[in-house]
Amino acid sequence: MAEGRARPLSPHLQVYRPQLTSVLSILHRATGFALAVGTLFLAWWLIAAAAGPDAYALVESFFGSWFGYLMLIGFSWALMYHLCNGIRHLAWDAGWGFDLAAAYASGWTVVAASFVFTALAWFAGLAIAG
Amino acid sequence: MTLQSPLARARGLGSAKEGAHHWWMQRVTAVALVPLTILFIGLLAVCAGAGYEGFVALMRHPLVAAFMALVVGAGLYHMKLGVQVIVEDYVHHEGAKTALLLLLTLGTVALGTACLVSIVMLAF
Repeated sequence: MAEGRARPLSPHLQVYRPQLTSVLSILHRATGFALAVGTLFLAWWLIAAAAGPDAYALVESFFGSWFGYLMLIGFSWALMYHLCNGIRHLAWDAGWGFDLAAAYASGWTVVAASFVFTALAWFAGLAIAG
Repeated sequence: MTLQSPLARARGLGSAKEGAHHWWMQRVTAVALVPLTILFIGLLAVCAGAGYEGFVALMRHPLVAAFMALVVGAGLYHMKLGVQVIVEDYVHHEGAKTALLLLLTLGTVALGTACLVSIVMLAF
């Protein structure tokens, strides 16, 4: 191995044309990881509330900034997507919706639902916040 | 033909003695998180404009405190299981993988403890 030429490798992901099913699959993992990072910030918010008004004010000023809003919008969409696609996965675990037509129909439903529910949550949040 | 004893087959466990435990707990926490997440989004929407006083007053209610504890417990457990699979899939160096998995487990427990203590402090 040390002196040999580069040995041929089996085809990797990039030789395959992306499809809805594969894109949504990796998106489930990507949003899951993003939510894990976001969870650290949610924990910061909760711990700051217990620490007192000054710590809480810092959290509020962070989430009130444009970067904070960007994070919250991204987090809320990732949460909605992971929730909807997670339900799709649970249906598969129960043995439902495995044929190709159903997998595509549920896939597009998840994409649409993730955006609709994100928008609804923001409408509700902004309406309550006034 | 199987080389397993009838008892081993009944237990359904592999050589690591865990079998489908990781897979199953990922599903159990997922099912729990469906209603918890929907309610949590509602709580976040309410908290958005509540400020410090409003949030602390909300957390003082035992039902809200209990609900938050469930979100933290199920959420962090689910998160730990998911990130563990990502590390196992993509980190191939044995030492780095072990170190990351150790950090993940200890970090999740530390974060969960800090969150639960915060919830208790806010509730009382």
